Amino acid sequence: MFEARIHVTLKKSVLDPQGDTVRSALATLGFRDVADCRIGKFMVLRLAERDAAKAQAQVDEMCRKLLANPVIEDYVFQITEVAE
Amino acid sequence: MKWGVLVFPGTWSHQDFAHVFRDVLRVDWGYIWHKDTSVAGFDCLFLPGGFAHGDYLRCGAIARFSPIMDAVVRFARDGGPVMGSCNGFQILCEAGLLPGALLRNASLQYRCRWVHIRAEHCDTPFTRTLRAGQILKIPISHGEGRYFAPPETLARLQGNGQIVFRYSTPDGRITDEANPNGSLENIAGICNERRNVLGLMPHPERASEVLLGSEDGRLLFQGLLDAVLQR
Repeated sequence: MFEARIHVTLKKSVLDPQGDTVRSALATLGFRDVADCRIGKFMVLRLAERDAAKAQAQVDEMCRKLLANPVIEDYVFQITEVAE
Repeated sequence: MKWGVLVFPGTWSHQDFAHVFRDVLRVDWGYIWHKDTSVAGFDCLFLPGGFAHGDYLRCGAIARFSPIMDAVVRFARDGGPVMGSCNGFQILCEAGLLPGALLRNASLQYRCRWVHIRAEHCDTPFTRTLRAGQILKIPISHGEGRYFAPPETLARLQGNGQIVFRYSTPDGRITDEANPNGSLENIAGICNERRNVLGLMPHPERASEVLLGSEDGRLLFQGLLDAVLQR
């Protein structure tokens, strides 16, 4: 069994007002070195798949077809083998 | 001629469309449940506002996979007139019937108020009674209406005259102040290249009677009546 940990974030070219607001809140707290802040989504999937390459390909397809919108979002994921 | 109003779990503006069709325009209409698989017998389709499937993941992302959507996509590809308002616009974008996407308002706040929109191109079945430059007073009610498209898509929309409505001042100037959500180019509504699919964030169904403050929205339905009559 594999676990996929997926991060979906807005593309760099897309304005992220939520991230900007959090960055200015951090600045108010004194964290003035934060140059940029982007807010995204984090998803964890468990796959009943035994082959790492197949799990990788499946998750990539899921991201392209549903989990991320390629017009506005980028995604990255890591796959690790976990106990059944 | 029969008009179909799609209903997904979480749709909330379908009764406003129904009221306008039944009581104001007195046209033949019917609801279409998202689990249906056919739109046979309908001559035009409306995707109302709301929060289809709870807006989970992204607005419209799950609605796109509702059983009825295959039939909606086929209907649109065959040239049938389709209008999506608010959440309906978001669904049409997720379904690939319209380019681009709708993001969280730049203000991060839900906006529920009257806006003015300027008609830019009027060659869709819905806008044919309008003239370019005409200004409509019409309400918006959304948290995620910031239209975005990558530069090459935006250039194509401009080149093909697919930008149908832009947020403007009451006298028709396109300004940042008139833009309620941070949409690129003040875009409030677009159509597909073939012009039979229209998506807009404002709610024409909530501005179809003088009693409600404006009947400008009704012009979009009137245009369709005229278009169908002439076909």
